[in-house]
Amino acid sequence: MIDLAIALIQGSFSLDFTATLGDGVSALFGPSGAGKTTVLDAIAGLRLPALGRIAVADRVLFDSSTGINVAPYLRRIGYVPQDIALFPHMNVRRNLLYGRHPGTSPDLDRVLRMLEIETLLDRGVRDLSGGERQRIALGRALMSGPSLLLLDEPLAAVDLPLRRRILPYLARIRDDLGIPILYVSHDRDEVQQFADYVVRLEAGRVVGKDRKDSKDLKI
Amino acid sequence: MPIWRLTWFTVACAGGATLLVLPIGVLIAWALARGSFRGRTILEAVVTLPLVMPPVATGLILLMLMSRRGPIGRVLERVGIDVVFTWKAVVLAMAVMGLPLLVRTARAGFEHVDRRYEQMASTLGAAPLRAFLTVSLPLALPSVIAGAVLAFARALGEFGATIVVAGSIPGATRTLAVAIYTYAETGRDWEAVTLIAISAAIAFAALLCSNALAGKRLA
Repeated sequence: MIDLAIALIQGSFSLDFTATLGDGVSALFGPSGAGKTTVLDAIAGLRLPALGRIAVADRVLFDSSTGINVAPYLRRIGYVPQDIALFPHMNVRRNLLYGRHPGTSPDLDRVLRMLEIETLLDRGVRDLSGGERQRIALGRALMSGPSLLLLDEPLAAVDLPLRRRILPYLARIRDDLGIPILYVSHDRDEVQQFADYVVRLEAGRVVGKDRKDSKDLKI
Repeated sequence: MPIWRLTWFTVACAGGATLLVLPIGVLIAWALARGSFRGRTILEAVVTLPLVMPPVATGLILLMLMSRRGPIGRVLERVGIDVVFTWKAVVLAMAVMGLPLLVRTARAGFEHVDRRYEQMASTLGAAPLRAFLTVSLPLALPSVIAGAVLAFARALGEFGATIVVAGSIPGATRTLAVAIYTYAETGRDWEAVTLIAISAAIAFAALLCSNALAGKRLA
């Protein structure tokens, strides 16, 4: 269970976001500029809300009323940002192992197989294609043993054929590892195909919530 | 004093000064590039001061601080360390004069590193020190090295502060720059010209090295 109440003001933009999400795949859906990335940054601890409460699996990460603010490196939130941000001075192997955490990290071989990146281990990250980079970034986040995975438009920068190839990997993460995923997208089809819960965000406000088991996602 | 010994003494002192100033300079550069703390502009001004003040004035300030009656010199004398008019004063003067160049160059390097990499390191569980050592510093390394080489080159040519705080004792504190002045003053023009050629060659090599590294940025 992911419990989110985030309020912040940034220049002329104000965000007021409240949602309770289940353990499957949740999509944060809305046009660009709606504040989707800001929500992810706040959950990861990269941006400080003015007010609110963030709890993942009953662990409170932020609570303005009690002054709790867990440092980002202690939050165990896997994050794949839109710009991917693989460490350019490390090869694929070192990127993948950067966040490895004894005890909580999944087995490397399992992640390599799941994302089909076994043959890329010794490559430099500059030599990778867009789809490969995407999968390495997913692998790097998974290897840190996160209790929640944040994906910021993971398919926005890739073309349609590649999109079809990456989507199954996301489904595998959901099904094989059982890590809850919060997934940002502005693509209706993608959201309908992949998400169990949908929160629709517009201009910093939640304008609709829905669940997949209510037959069709009304978004 | 043979020319080779004079050259070696100067290069060794400049090298020592660079090593001395490197950890402090990198820390200050990092703080100025990333930190938001009170007194930031004051720190920046203090570090830049040796660059714009007459070197003789910097030397006088060092002399007042480090002499046996000075606030720092008094403490050091108690533990048996004498700085003024020894090789240590040469190193100190060179270090202080080289610091601004190191800080300015390294700071530009840190500012050039995309914050996203540091943020990703933190979401992967890296505490701030680890993120600094494994991500920020390696990505800014070409600039840090370029700044260190620049500080080294500046130290090689240091004259004004050195002559005030260390004097010109042959075989003890006399550096290339001070020797050039002494030879020129006493009409030994050919010896002065020889030393000028040596100084120019070392500084030229150092600057070529610095420029090559500054152009080679990783991120």
